[in-house]
Amino acid sequence: MEGDLAHIGAGLAAIGSGAAAIGVGNVAGNYLSGALRNPSAAASQTATLFIGIAFAEALGIFAFLVSLLLMFAV
Amino acid sequence: MATEAEGGGLVFHPMDQFIVKPVFGDGAVGMFTFTNMALWLLLAVVCVIALMVLGTSKRATVPSRIQSVAELAYGFIYKMVEDVTGKDAVKYFPYIFTLFMFIVFSNFLALIPTSFSPTSHIAVTAVLGFGVFIAVTVLGFVKNGAGFLGLFWVASAPLALRPILAIIELISYFVRPVSHSIRLAGNIMAGHAVLKVFAGFAAITAVAPLSILGITAIFALEVLVGFIQAYVFTILTCVYLKDALHPSH
Repeated sequence: MEGDLAHIGAGLAAIGSGAAAIGVGNVAGNYLSGALRNPSAAASQTATLFIGIAFAEALGIFAFLVSLLLMFAV
Repeated sequence: MATEAEGGGLVFHPMDQFIVKPVFGDGAVGMFTFTNMALWLLLAVVCVIALMVLGTSKRATVPSRIQSVAELAYGFIYKMVEDVTGKDAVKYFPYIFTLFMFIVFSNFLALIPTSFSPTSHIAVTAVLGFGVFIAVTVLGFVKNGAGFLGLFWVASAPLALRPILAIIELISYFVRPVSHSIRLAGNIMAGHAVLKVFAGFAAITAVAPLSILGITAIFALEVLVGFIQAYVFTILTCVYLKDALHPSH
């Protein structure tokens, strides 16, 4: 029974990956709309884009980690 | 977590690929056992050395293929350090370049089928991440003295808000090495687990073609992810280094 609850928890934690996907999409979409308005400034901002994507993605990875812990460590 | 492979689940467990085991024999893993982890870490180092030594030994005016790759990688990271951290940080370039080359090579070598991915283990990435954290913190105090604490005291904010902001800044500063290392390990581990899950579906005849297509697509994605995560790790190192050298907001 305990294991079953841990699996449900792991599934719930995996929702976090979807939330991270929304975040990454937001960053990339806003970058693209900005880049299309001012293409000459786009190239200088790719580093910022990747940093933003990395920060948004990190929390999704945390969610993935929590679900892994619930699957294998609990 | 029980082994459910015999109960109609996947043929092999997707997380089995991350088990650290000895290369020779089946003994227990001790302090000095030569494990598959050690083997692939060593291979990554050998590949980096081979690329840079072979690539720069001839110094031809018209570069050969290997020399172009070496020059491209060098120039790419050099420009990143210059752009993100500033001209005065160029003396820390060797450390950052070493980090990048090591991570990118372990990520790419891990994509060889039946190989082992060292960067999927938090033990490896935590050493890299905490190494950066400790180096940057020590450097910040050596370069700026107590002025390094100005990083946590946001001078542009209203005075009443500053103590609260200082606490938030302090927490976010100490979470840095954790997120820095888990980001790399999590991405690589997740990618390889997904590959193995698709590979497990290939045993079912009805979905085998779809699964093989899936593996091909995910594999291409993993090549991209392996490079981007190395890039992100390096650029965040540059950002943290910039904070240490110029702590004022």
